[in-house]
Amino acid sequence: MNLRKYLKVYKKFLHTSLASELEYKTNILVDLITAILSLIGSIFLLSIFFQNNGYIGGWKFEQALIIQGIYTILNGITNTWFNPNLTEIVKHIREGTLDFILLKPIDSQFFISLKKINPSGFLEILLGFFLLLFCIRINQISLSLSFLTLCLITISCSIFILYSLWFFISTTTIWFVKTWNAIEVLRSFLYIGRFPLNSFSFSLRVFFSIFIPIAFITTIPSEVFLGLSQSWKILLEIIVASVFLITSRKFWFFALKFYSSASS
Amino acid sequence: MVQNIIEVRNLSKSFDISTKEPGLKGTIKHFFRRETKSLKVIKDISFEIKEGEIVGFLGANGAGKTTILKMLCGLIYPSEGSILVSGYLPFRRKENFLKNITLIMGQKQQLIWDLPPIESFYLNASIYDLDKFEANKRIKKLSEMLEVDEELYIPVRKLSLGQRMKSELLAALIHEPNILFLDEPTLGLDINAQRNLRKFLQKYNKETNATICLTSHYMKDITSLCKRVICVHEGEISYDGKLDLLLKKLSPVKEILIVCRSEEDAVKLQNFGFTVKNKIKNEITIKIENNSITSSLKTILNNFDIEDLLINEPPIDEVIGKVLIKKDYDI
Repeated sequence: MNLRKYLKVYKKFLHTSLASELEYKTNILVDLITAILSLIGSIFLLSIFFQNNGYIGGWKFEQALIIQGIYTILNGITNTWFNPNLTEIVKHIREGTLDFILLKPIDSQFFISLKKINPSGFLEILLGFFLLLFCIRINQISLSLSFLTLCLITISCSIFILYSLWFFISTTTIWFVKTWNAIEVLRSFLYIGRFPLNSFSFSLRVFFSIFIPIAFITTIPSEVFLGLSQSWKILLEIIVASVFLITSRKFWFFALKFYSSASS
Repeated sequence: MVQNIIEVRNLSKSFDISTKEPGLKGTIKHFFRRETKSLKVIKDISFEIKEGEIVGFLGANGAGKTTILKMLCGLIYPSEGSILVSGYLPFRRKENFLKNITLIMGQKQQLIWDLPPIESFYLNASIYDLDKFEANKRIKKLSEMLEVDEELYIPVRKLSLGQRMKSELLAALIHEPNILFLDEPTLGLDINAQRNLRKFLQKYNKETNATICLTSHYMKDITSLCKRVICVHEGEISYDGKLDLLLKKLSPVKEILIVCRSEEDAVKLQNFGFTVKNKIKNEITIKIENNSITSSLKTILNNFDIEDLLINEPPIDEVIGKVLIKKDYDI
């Protein structure tokens, strides 16, 4: 893979999608306001849950805010990259415009996953970071290089798991044509990731760890933040992320063999 | 000797199609238990295309033209048989193969809707690994050939269909491919835009010796661009050969309207031995076989006092229409 070429193409992707989005100023403004209001609403909801006894599933409000911070970053990444690109896969397949992508001398997964960005999602990522910095202060977490590395690894793994799940569902469009509902279900599960895994019943915990690994997405990075996570959990998250990423890629190329293109 | 650039051997393609009975009952049944059947849309076809050739694929809607084109460019996996394009197996979509080909579809677009076409050109240039200098050189050359200028800087959504199609062509040709797959490129364009597009394709073929595979429902596209046509009927090739030969065979006679100076001459001509279609006063319409037109006209001009003469070509759409509904042509 020619890295220089891919960086050059990605620079063009950024340029063209920013230019496209900036054509509609009001839309960006509305998106930015929505991001701020959504964060305020989520923190308010969380504070209501903690009002009575101050603990949910063994987590204090200040600790649960870390999960909210990670969720906000992930949601920002979802809105910046996954939503504009991965939901388009369904459209590309339905309308047959995937043809143009498949005939370009570039990795089709790279093209289809990163072509567009929604700049308003950046604000959410930024807000999530600020919230995490605030959490580091109120939870009196001491910063060290190993702490930052582990945080970076676990958050990256969360991003890869979420991406792979979404990409996997979108790929099934090649057979099922419409998969909007499945993507909506995935987004709903991500909302669940705003709460500590221990706050759910045992059966739900098993479900969210094995079938839809929401547990890995927010809880494990949060535990790393609080120094509560065991190494086996981090290792498991790395393994799960790698398996998901490799499988989603292999599944994409397998599915393309069944692509019949839209009729003219 | 000119090399074959495309070689197709015993190619077949089947699709699984789900069927549904009409009405609510059928809909519920279809929801719970979907019945599918395998439909063979391409049936054991073979052909070759030489480098620099312009070949028209003719056929009714659903005959399989677009499926053939999409298998040739590697979008669809063939069910049986083999395809070799420029020495590559298309469905493997190797980088060097993709740099050699392009697909243009009249009804689908790759340009970024909210931005001027020039932005899409630069994006494509980076995908094809062209530096800015080379990209600008090619954009300039192609925009001169396509006669586009200001349009390149206006958002795509504000361009007319004709301007958009020219920009689509430019975006699709920036990497200077030597095989062009065109699926109804003139669809929806006005007469002038169609003519300009055809002129451009002729020029491009002449200057670059690019091979062009074209499908179109506009017969003018086929007659002005393609010397060779491949007729597809229900997934099978019903004719593969020269277009003029096909036209001659399908329409072996021409109608000639002759205006004589006097009605007396018209009566004499009526009894001269030609096949007469009709006669109104001094005007007579006769049918003459294509291979004896010159000698017959010589005879008429030498023996009769003729005021005017008009040779009527049968409408091309009508002639080609026969190919689309009939399976076998013994040509």
